Amino acid sequence: MSRVGHIIRKEFIQLRRDRRMFFIVFFSPVFQLFLLGYAANLDIRNIPIVFCDLDVSRTSRDFISRFPASGYFSLQATVYRLKDVDEYIDQGKASLAVILPQGMGRRLAGRESTRVQVIVDGAESQSAIVGLNYATMIGLRFSRQILLERLRSASPGISIRGVEPEVRVWYNPELRSRNFLIPGVLAMVLMIITMMLTSLGIVKEKELGTMEQLMVTPMRPHELILGKLLPFFLIGLVEIAGVVAVAVFGFGVPVKGSVWLLFGLSPIFMLTTLGLGLFISTISRNQQQAMLSAAFFIIPQIILSGFVFPIENMPRLIQGLTYVIPLRYFLVIIRGLFLKAVGLDALWDETAALVVFGLAILALSVLRFRKKLE
Amino acid sequence: MLLLVLPAFLLIMYGYALNFDVKHLALAVLDQEKSQRSRDFLDRFLNTEYFDLRFNLDNMRQIDELMGKGKIQLALVIPRDFSRTLLAGEESPVQVIIDGGDTGIAGTAIGYVSAIAQSYSNRLVIDTMKKAGRRDFVLPVDYHPRVWFNPELRSALFLIPGLMAFVLMITVVISTSFSVVREIERGSIEQLIVSPLKPAELISGKTIPYALISFLSAHSVLLFAFLLFDVSIKGSYAWLLLGILLFLLCGLGLGLLISTIASTQQMAFMLAIISTMLPTFILSGFVFPIRNMPTIVQAITYIIPARYFLVILRGVMLKGVGFSAFGRELALLAGLASLTLFLSAVRMGKTLKKG
Repeated sequence: MSRVGHIIRKEFIQLRRDRRMFFIVFFSPVFQLFLLGYAANLDIRNIPIVFCDLDVSRTSRDFISRFPASGYFSLQATVYRLKDVDEYIDQGKASLAVILPQGMGRRLAGRESTRVQVIVDGAESQSAIVGLNYATMIGLRFSRQILLERLRSASPGISIRGVEPEVRVWYNPELRSRNFLIPGVLAMVLMIITMMLTSLGIVKEKELGTMEQLMVTPMRPHELILGKLLPFFLIGLVEIAGVVAVAVFGFGVPVKGSVWLLFGLSPIFMLTTLGLGLFISTISRNQQQAMLSAAFFIIPQIILSGFVFPIENMPRLIQGLTYVIPLRYFLVIIRGLFLKAVGLDALWDETAALVVFGLAILALSVLRFRKKLE
Repeated sequence: MLLLVLPAFLLIMYGYALNFDVKHLALAVLDQEKSQRSRDFLDRFLNTEYFDLRFNLDNMRQIDELMGKGKIQLALVIPRDFSRTLLAGEESPVQVIIDGGDTGIAGTAIGYVSAIAQSYSNRLVIDTMKKAGRRDFVLPVDYHPRVWFNPELRSALFLIPGLMAFVLMITVVISTSFSVVREIERGSIEQLIVSPLKPAELISGKTIPYALISFLSAHSVLLFAFLLFDVSIKGSYAWLLLGILLFLLCGLGLGLLISTIASTQQMAFMLAIISTMLPTFILSGFVFPIRNMPTIVQAITYIIPARYFLVILRGVMLKGVGFSAFGRELALLAGLASLTLFLSAVRMGKTLKKG
């Protein structure tokens, strides 16, 4: 066992000497947290909107004033000629244009229906869908108010109020996208760092020819593997602690579940990343190849894991693919622990999947690695 | 070879995977009244493509369990006295519980739910009055939405230009970032130093091959976008070419700059990844709207070439608008390109002298 200890010490000394690597190991998590914590904001608000008021009445002004008051829209301008609308949509100055027809006030006062046209910039489909939704909601509420007034004056006996849903958002009541994204960053950082470092550490020895020196020592292959993997495992644990601390104290993302469970389940995820790192080192001849292969394994995990893009929206075939993405399971675990305060009983399936993947990948890589050594 | 195939591969892979359309949300219903009216209300939700009924519940506790496990995204609770309160002229306290874990989905779902409930309420008033013989009760404001540029609101159309910028930036910067540092590592830089080449000549010699290859790969991306995702170029091809050219020059300049700063290929690779991958993904407006970022972060986005390229791409490809819509972006992109190329030429001159 002491031989393993020597290798571990050697790895740490090497890492400390390689200043730039050292910097990257500790800088990149901070950088990612910063970017995703501050910049990656999926909250849809301040959707730029433009109005074309062809009526210029009290009713039309009242209608317009509902939009900025809702908090979802930022009023760019009110124009009075139809052709002025094009410019706003074409140049992306507004995502939505609402055209209030001539005679709107008169028709509404006369209990008629009035056509309001909404033009949506579909090039930004995300804002467009949400914007159209909110605009529809505001329009319907406006209608309802008028209907109820008409009802009151027409037949004071009948009263109908309708349904006003009481919406409760669980786990993340203010809908802060930060709470959704930052737990994912923890998983990403853990994956990138452990996978990259493991593969680079081993390939570097190959490149420098020091691998042969290690092979002629009395060290057994499994001791060598253990000594190579453990340091990165430890670094991974330190990074978890660091990222959790920044998430909680820096960004105010709560950990509602058990922190101990978080530390207990993360190593299972690391089995897959360390295993993949080892695997990459067996298929790469130099560091450049190792890094490209690592990128090849990392990018699909980011895109297909549900980190940003919901898995349910993917086509069936691709949804099937996501089942072999370890990060997918870990994200469910980590989001469950951060946001939902769930226990192990709710995370059983995901944990089992990670254990299976982790052991399989690790076993495969160890086999390949030992073959290479011999 | 990698430069030609990789971009198309990434486009295919992610073009299919990336999708923000919020549809078929998993819904559970706890209908405590089970009347004609409550079923009527429920049908309003189920007749849309937004919600799929997955569970009929018996009690509130089940919501806790199902949502905790992520089996449902929202739950609708219709109270026991739903019809009575409605007809008595009170507001019926229908409860909607939404999983806020994925904020994008939750935000959109809230919009759908409110719109459906409002429209149900309006219908209720109109129908009741019609029965009472009042034909003059009509929906006051009748919406007619028209979606420009992307009528079916497919998010693929919105994401593909971004994907193109992302893929091009990464491949170009990574491949050029190796170019100089490789020579330093191999020692062949000495030969370049003793040659009578000027830095500017060396720079052009280093960039032109990569520029040509990436130009080709940009077209393979365009071709695949057209064949697989039906994204055609609505505007002028000439402006698109100019945009691509300037964007690629930015990438080449950045790659060369990295190459002259880094001392090893490993370092160059790391710098290339850090300076392109996340910023192009996050700070360009590719996925996350720039207007939602804090002011300081918004200021940083001005030095991200992809930010300008995206406006040009979306303008030309999806909107088919002309120069006036993206002239400013073209100019800024040209400025950034000359800046990075200039800086890399200066650094290259230093490297050559030092060597």
